[in-house]
Amino acid sequence: MVEWTAEERAAIQDIFNSLDYEDVGPKALQRCLIVYPWCQRYFGGFGNLYNAEAILSNPMVAAHGIVVLHGLDRAMKNMDDIKQTYAELSVLHSEKLHVDPDNFKLLADCLSVVIAGKMGTNFTPEIQAAWQKFLSVVVSALGRQYH
Amino acid sequence: MSLTAKDKALVKSFFAKIAPKAEDIGNEALSRTLFVFPQTKTYFSHWKDVSPGSAAIRKHGLTVMTGYMDAVEKIDDIANGLLTLSELHAFTLRVDPANFKIITHNVLVVMAMFYPEDFTPEVHVACDKFFGKVNLALSEKYR
Repeated sequence: MVEWTAEERAAIQDIFNSLDYEDVGPKALQRCLIVYPWCQRYFGGFGNLYNAEAILSNPMVAAHGIVVLHGLDRAMKNMDDIKQTYAELSVLHSEKLHVDPDNFKLLADCLSVVIAGKMGTNFTPEIQAAWQKFLSVVVSALGRQYH
Repeated sequence: MSLTAKDKALVKSFFAKIAPKAEDIGNEALSRTLFVFPQTKTYFSHWKDVSPGSAAIRKHGLTVMTGYMDAVEKIDDIANGLLTLSELHAFTLRVDPANFKIITHNVLVVMAMFYPEDFTPEVHVACDKFFGKVNLALSEKYR
C-alpha cells in the first residue's frame, strides 16, 4: 500500500481544487500527441491529427483531454487504494483499447509540464514530488491488469 | 528521431531566449532532480547541502546548463561535439545513463514554469528531441 504524508495529500488536493479541467485536459492530451506522435495510433477515429495546428484545433482531442483528466478524480478521491480503484480501467486499456502501458508515463509527463506552466514558481519541488508520486501510482495501477 | 531544420531553429531561438536565466533554470532543474528523484543524490554524497537551492546546487546547475547551451552550438553534430563530456561521465563520474533523462525531464518542467507562453508544444517536442540526442551522445563512450 502506498503511504502518503499529510503534506502530500494536501499538495495533491490543492492541485485538484484549482484545476481548470477544460484548459488543462485538452492541453495535456494535445501536448502528448504533438511531443510523442506515436501516441496518435490510439486516436485513428479523431480526424485530422496531421500537424500541431490540426491537433491544437481538433475538438475531439480537446473533449477527450477533459475526459482523461476527470479520470484522475477517482484516484484523488481514493488515494489509499488507487490500485483497486483503477482495476477496471486497467482492464479496459489493456483488453479493449490495447494501449501500450509505456504511453501512460508519457501523458503523465505532459500533464506535469502543463501544470508546471500554469502554476509557475508555485509548482515547488515539494509539490512536484507529491504530484509525480501520485501520477506514478496512477500509471502503475493502470498497467497492473495487463497480462 | 533526428532533428529537422525546424527543430534546430526552435531549439536555438528558445535557448537564446532563456540564456539570461541559465543559472536560475539550472538551479531549479538540479534542485528538483535531487528532491523529486532522491536516488540521484547518490552522486552527490560529497556535498554538504543537497537541499533545493543550496549554493553547491546553484553552481552546479549553471555548469550543467552551460553544457546544454554548448550542445546547442554543436547541434549539427552533437555526438562528436560531446565526446569529451561523454568520457568524463563514463570514466570519471560513472553516472548511470538512465539518470540523464531524469535531469532533462526536470529542465523541461522548469522551462514550462518560467516560460509558459514560449514553451509551446512545438518548442517542447524540439527540446525533447534535442535532449534525447544530448543524452545519447553523453552515453556514447560508456561501453
